[in-house]
Amino acid sequence: MAGLTLRNVGKSYGALQIIKGLNLDIHDGEFLVLVGPSGCGKSTLLRMIAGLEDITDGTVAIGAQVVNDLPASKRELSMVFQSYALYPHMTVRKNLAFGLQNFRMPRAEVERRVADAARILQIEPLMDRKPRQLSGGQKQRVAIGRAIVREPKLFLFDEPLSNLDAELRVQMRAELASLYARLGTTMIYVTHDQVEAMTMASRIVVLRSGKIEQVGTPQELYTRPQNLFVAGFIGSPKINKLEAKVTAGGRTANVEGLGDFSLPQLPTTDSALTLCVRPGSLRIGAGDVVGEGVIRLVEYLGNETLLHIALSSGQILLATAGGQAAYRAGQTVPIGFDMADLHYFDASGERVEPQASAFAQQGVSGTH
Amino acid sequence: MKRFIARNAPGYLFLMPWFIGFFLLALGPILASLYLSFTRYDMVNAPRWIGFDNYTYMFTRDRRFWKALEVTFHYVVLAVPARLIMALGVAMLLDKGLRSIGFYRAIFYLPSLLGASIAIAILWRQLFDANGVVNQTLGYLGVSGPNWLTNPDTSLYTLVILAMWQFGSPMLIFLAGLRGIPRDLYEAAEIDGTPPWRQFTRITLPLLAPVIFFNLVLQTIEAFKTFSSAFIISNGSGAPADSLLFYTVYLFNEAFKFFRMGYASALAWVLLIIIAIFTAIAFFTSKYWVHYENERD
Repeated sequence: MAGLTLRNVGKSYGALQIIKGLNLDIHDGEFLVLVGPSGCGKSTLLRMIAGLEDITDGTVAIGAQVVNDLPASKRELSMVFQSYALYPHMTVRKNLAFGLQNFRMPRAEVERRVADAARILQIEPLMDRKPRQLSGGQKQRVAIGRAIVREPKLFLFDEPLSNLDAELRVQMRAELASLYARLGTTMIYVTHDQVEAMTMASRIVVLRSGKIEQVGTPQELYTRPQNLFVAGFIGSPKINKLEAKVTAGGRTANVEGLGDFSLPQLPTTDSALTLCVRPGSLRIGAGDVVGEGVIRLVEYLGNETLLHIALSSGQILLATAGGQAAYRAGQTVPIGFDMADLHYFDASGERVEPQASAFAQQGVSGTH
Repeated sequence: MKRFIARNAPGYLFLMPWFIGFFLLALGPILASLYLSFTRYDMVNAPRWIGFDNYTYMFTRDRRFWKALEVTFHYVVLAVPARLIMALGVAMLLDKGLRSIGFYRAIFYLPSLLGASIAIAILWRQLFDANGVVNQTLGYLGVSGPNWLTNPDTSLYTLVILAMWQFGSPMLIFLAGLRGIPRDLYEAAEIDGTPPWRQFTRITLPLLAPVIFFNLVLQTIEAFKTFSSAFIISNGSGAPADSLLFYTVYLFNEAFKFFRMGYASALAWVLLIIIAIFTAIAFFTSKYWVHYENERD
């Protein structure tokens, strides 16, 4: 097992910079998820750690050892690919053993490791099949098996669940989490799916355009997103963003379609702010009522109902209501939220934190 | 029936040029040659039915037939692997992702386009002439080269080298095959510390097997049919000492020099059967060494 240290890591193809001066410490035994929209450089970063891409700038160290010039095979890591990358002409058993044979490992040891992996992943009945005779989920297990037989210091996963259907994805997610609990090895996991990131990670790194937007636990990212991008990226259904004009010297805000309400004391002098509220915190006819809107769409999800509510400005807000709630499209409803549930972002999109004492004095005057 | 036609009409329409060519131009001569192979026919007098005489003569008394077979087999055994290895080697170099790969592909394919032509065979004759470029080059290195084309021991090798040089079309097919092997497999192998040679033997070759098989069958057929280069280089006679007496050269001489059209037809049918047998052997053994990704079990 080993931690990982990235210092000013950069990657460029000619003039095109994919990764820009990245610093990151990955702790020993951590399940770190790299998440971001496609093209953000997360896979490239993973491949740089793996040794499949050159590192243009900075250093990558596994444990105490800088590995920039170390070939992939010497980095003592395993990688699981999105495509599984199973050798199609070999049986499952041979797929599992192939990598170990390169290291001139005694046959008995190879067999022991292969058998162990097969038992852990419950693929023992499949050992003599070829990959094409396996389902997607089974292939994925074999791919993971091939990674664990190496008994590496570090596991790398490149979107390993993307090719699976939704149900299997949920199942494999749980299995990966329990595998992690069992092995305790450092894992770096790339995904574009924030749900995967939230459910599995010890910590999440949100990447955009080759830069780190925020690093933190799933709770930190959800409750205290550092900028608008993270606020919008983490959480499903998506957070509501309200553009606000600051008036009265920073004491009140005006949101088109909602009207004026008073602001807590904020450490910013920007005249425009973005106020964000999660759909779960947007309430119908309760809380500090701010205004009203017309229900445009009702999505019944069983345990809850997702409402699309149009403000008079035309902006659509998302709100979740209980599964029992009987709303219908066309209905006009009062909507509200508690000021404590608001996230404030300045004109450059960075989070601004209300002064601690501020909330107590906040009275909200809902005018419409 | 109506639905069958409606559904398949476009397919047959596109096949039509081939069908027309086959039925109008090829089928007649094919059937005629089968008939003629049982006759004596000198192109002046009408063919005379002689039963299996041509075939029994060929297998029991015609020493040049056996010589032609020997030369041709010898050539096939050398030229086919040589060309395939050359083609695979160049394809692997090109697959490494050269800049302006299209340019190199065209350049490397050029010999194959020219190779079948008479001009190249004549050029080859000059290259390997007693005072040709090859021997002059060897001379600079202090080696006195043999008289390649007049020496029965070396003449066949000049044609094998020519065959190697014409690696273009199998190379293109190999290149397409190599492109079809997912990069991930090599990356996974890389991470698992697989040395390059083992990647080649354990990943590239097995996954390329269907393409190797295809090229092997095609090139074997091609090699059995080699004619124009052998004809030109041996002055049409199979000389020296019948060392370039390719099967087709012998067949040509029987037909158009000695006007033994019936016998030549019989030779042609025997060649067809030999090629068919080799192709069949390739197909039957393929299930032991060719892995198809999408085959059913």
